[in-house]
Amino acid sequence: MSLMGILRGLWAALLSMFELLRGLWTTFRSMFETPVTYQYPEVKRPVRERFKGRHVLKRYDNGLERCIGCALCAAACPADAIFVEAAENTDEERYSPGERYASTYQINLMRCIFCGYCEDACPTEAIVLEHQYELSFTSRRDAIYTKELLIVPVPEGGKPTPQNVPVGMFNRAIPEMKDPA
Amino acid sequence: MSEELVRLKIDDIDVRVPKGTKVVDAAKQAGIDIPVFCHHPKIESVGMCRMCLVEIGTPKRDRSTGEKLLDEGGQPQIEFWPKLETSCTTPVSEGMVVKVSSEKAIEGRKQILEFLLTSHPLDCPICDKGGECSLQDLVMEHGSGESRFLLEDKKHQDKHVQLGDLIVLDRERCIQCARCIRFQKEVAGDPVLAFAERGRNIEIVTFSDPGFNSYFSGNTTDICPVGALTTVDFRFGARSWEMDATASICTHCPVGCNLMLNTRREARANGRQVIKRVMPRQNEQVNEIWICDKGRFAHHFATSEERLTKPLVRIDGKLIETSWKKALEHAAEGLKAAGEGVVGLASGRVSNEDLFNFHTLLKSVGGRAILSDSQAGGELVQQVGVGKGTDLGALGAGDAILVIASDLHEEAPIWWQRVMGAAKRGATLVVANARKTRLDDYAGHVVRYRYQEAARTGLGLLQAITGAKDLSKFASDEPLKSAAKALTEAENLVIFCGVEGLTYAESKSLSDVCAAILVETKNVGRAQNGLIAVWPKNNTQGAWDMGLRPAEGDLEKAFADAKAVYIMAVDPVGDDPSLAESLEGDRFLVVQELFMTPTAELADVVLPAQSFVEREGTFTSGERRVQRFYPAVKALGETKADWRIITSLAASLGIELEDSSAAAVFLQIAEETEAYAEINYQSLAEFEEQWPPVGEEDLYYGGTTFKNRQGLGVQVAPAAEQDQSLKIQWSAPPEFKGKKGYLLVPVVELYNRGATVMPSENLHPRLASPVLWMSLKDAKSIGVIQGAQVELLLDGRTEELQAIAEEGIPEGVVLLGRGLGVPIAEPQYVEVRLKA
Ligand code: SF4
Ligand code: SF4
Ligand code: SF4
Ligand code: SF4
Ligand code: FES
Repeated sequence: MSLMGILRGLWAALLSMFELLRGLWTTFRSMFETPVTYQYPEVKRPVRERFKGRHVLKRYDNGLERCIGCALCAAACPADAIFVEAAENTDEERYSPGERYASTYQINLMRCIFCGYCEDACPTEAIVLEHQYELSFTSRRDAIYTKELLIVPVPEGGKPTPQNVPVGMFNRAIPEMKDPA
Repeated sequence: MSEELVRLKIDDIDVRVPKGTKVVDAAKQAGIDIPVFCHHPKIESVGMCRMCLVEIGTPKRDRSTGEKLLDEGGQPQIEFWPKLETSCTTPVSEGMVVKVSSEKAIEGRKQILEFLLTSHPLDCPICDKGGECSLQDLVMEHGSGESRFLLEDKKHQDKHVQLGDLIVLDRERCIQCARCIRFQKEVAGDPVLAFAERGRNIEIVTFSDPGFNSYFSGNTTDICPVGALTTVDFRFGARSWEMDATASICTHCPVGCNLMLNTRREARANGRQVIKRVMPRQNEQVNEIWICDKGRFAHHFATSEERLTKPLVRIDGKLIETSWKKALEHAAEGLKAAGEGVVGLASGRVSNEDLFNFHTLLKSVGGRAILSDSQAGGELVQQVGVGKGTDLGALGAGDAILVIASDLHEEAPIWWQRVMGAAKRGATLVVANARKTRLDDYAGHVVRYRYQEAARTGLGLLQAITGAKDLSKFASDEPLKSAAKALTEAENLVIFCGVEGLTYAESKSLSDVCAAILVETKNVGRAQNGLIAVWPKNNTQGAWDMGLRPAEGDLEKAFADAKAVYIMAVDPVGDDPSLAESLEGDRFLVVQELFMTPTAELADVVLPAQSFVEREGTFTSGERRVQRFYPAVKALGETKADWRIITSLAASLGIELEDSSAAAVFLQIAEETEAYAEINYQSLAEFEEQWPPVGEEDLYYGGTTFKNRQGLGVQVAPAAEQDQSLKIQWSAPPEFKGKKGYLLVPVVELYNRGATVMPSENLHPRLASPVLWMSLKDAKSIGVIQGAQVELLLDGRTEELQAIAEEGIPEGVVLLGRGLGVPIAEPQYVEVRLKA
């Protein structure tokens, strides 16, 4: 081995030592920084207001369901994830205002791509993508969320559905909109 | 129809149409769309909605000479009318110029739409018409996009008005086009709807009792341009775009209306695919764009959960579920043991393929295949049935129709509607029956005979037509003579021959006579002429064509002589309990059915068949049009198509039958049946453009009826088209035997309580009741007050019924609907007495 060779080896060793120290320094320094990660699941990062998580079906303050079973969400859905079946309300057994309600409402969350088109299509703002994102399933069947799972609890002061209501009180399916002018 | 052509210009396109055409239809023929709401190509226009506004100009003329004024270029000067005109009420005229897409016309239509929307609810999301609504479509295309009206000012009206048991009206959605009213009056002959009130308060009302009780009510939901009329069957059932559509043929009567079955998988039905609604499919020569309410609503039997799903065999006196293999083996054993003593009984409810295989199987074992439908004349229809290309919708002035021994309104509603239409267009209608029927109102000649004298009446007609000496004992009186004259003078003659009040023997001589009349008047062997038998089942003609023949009134004997009986698609015991005896004992009985019928309960082997919505096949209509139907839903349980069951059974007996497909079975039919020689599944699926256009982008024009893209079927030519020299041997009817008591005549009610109707619960409020109809005089002599309970003694049974006396019923006769729970096979004498 020539002298040149030895020198070159030494130089290389020195360099790598330096790199090592630099790395250690970085590690050491970061011990004093505020962490960007969260201790999930003990600690959860709050999502943005407009985050699109799992859907919920909303209710009006009196407990009536907003969903009128129109299946426009299903029509808008690019992933064909929603299945709606409708039935007719009566005043003795009323689920939603107007004549029609969803007797079956299912979202296959394995198909859903969380685009929010369903939300846009809904004429009564019944379906809303909320902040729930913890979705894992152990079977395909579990991925199908039924109406019972999707619908929000009855708000305070409201009554559960179906309700027995005075005749002719809720005969509009879609809330009257304001004068557009 | 006048063939004089008129030339006009619509949006710079030269159009030539027959004189009298309305501008809107002329435009449509030229491929130019003028939006409409109230106009419908099948109904007289009234110009109610103003949606069809266009600019119309006509050539200027010199006032003194009447000459057309020309401009410098030598072209006629056009004078445009001062206001926009409704193109649906304006007939075309020579040299007319129409501007559909001028600014003025577009603006005019926009304003009309704005008006219509001032009181329309924001219902599209929950409206059954959403997605196929004319108002939606036209607002998208011609509307202004924003509203200048205050929403609070909208007029609110009732949203759930039960117009009838089957139709629900939403008064808010109605745009007052009066299509429903005019349809009922003009097309359905049942003017039960009308407007009440005026102006903004105007509303649709029904004045029938019960409400809106027309047999054609469902069609109004197809032509209503909005979702104001909905059916109880489909209401909120699904959105229009969510369903699959499969072409089918109605199985409720011999008209053979073309249907479209809208299906969808349903959570309520455990994920099964179900029929959500039945829609008409256009076939201008069969049902045009209409169907009756039975065809529309009585479909639930086909997917009923009550159906048989597994084969059953009798072990130790009980029917036990088993595998197909075991059931078929057992059935084959029993049939084999019977050797040539096998009797097969089938009805015309099943397809040609089923009946062909059935007949072939029985022929191969040396047995006999009997058709259960007890009406004669199938072979006569083969000879002198209506000619190829017959279209009842084209009959009119100069033509004649004879309807004898049939109540078409109850037995074949769409024929009733088409016959009525022909009469309105000027055809001479002769209605011959023993009692008043609804067709009488449109008849030029009403011939009233006594029950049991139908064939004699026919012979009287024949006598008046031919003047034959050997018929002189049937010589007729004046009304018959003038009817005969009308029939003789007619250019075209169609005879509808029914079986009301007839025994098989009487039916045979009546159909002979009808055929003889056609031959004598030379009204055979060409389109628009010939015999139509008003069969009890949809495919009875097909059964005759496949070789089955009725037992000629001797079913009991046929059973008694048999060692084994194979029954398909019919319930003889349910229809006539006295037959149970002849089927019991050690006679081996195989029953192939949809439901557990009283006959099936006696069986040694029960084979579960598929309904017509689960499989494919062909039916032959009363007008002898062979039509194809297609599988719409998945088969229930382990059921199999009838023809396939027969093939498997034959295989167990060592007989080889076609087993690959229904189409292949049909090829064999074509090979062995001369009349069907040219037909195959491809030719049955052929179609052509029909007028009016329906079911496409322009739903507003013809309604939501489906376009026919699956086949118009093929009409089979009667033998008379080849052989004009045909002679028909008429036979004298059996002698009238005076018997004691009242003649009980079974009549057909559309909504009976049979196995194919009962599963449709929507129809329950409309079902006919088992009441005994009698004349006022008889009621008096029995001592019946309206609605009293009476006892009916027949066949050693006593039936308790409500009695109702009505005018128009002949004396000495009591009428009872078929299939209402009181089995009656043929007319018979009975005793009637007041219940103690
Ligand atoms: S978020 Fe998008 S993909 Fe998911 S259900 Fe709604 S429309 Fe369908
Ligand atoms: S969630 Fe909204 S869009 Fe979907 S069915 Fe219900 S009301 Fe209609
Ligand atoms: S109910 Fe329908 S068809 Fe009848 S007038 Fe109203 S909109 Fe027209
Ligand atoms: S007329 Fe006859 S074939 Fe047509 S829909 Fe009615 S029952 Fe069916
Ligand atoms: S006025 Fe012409 S379509 Fe209604």
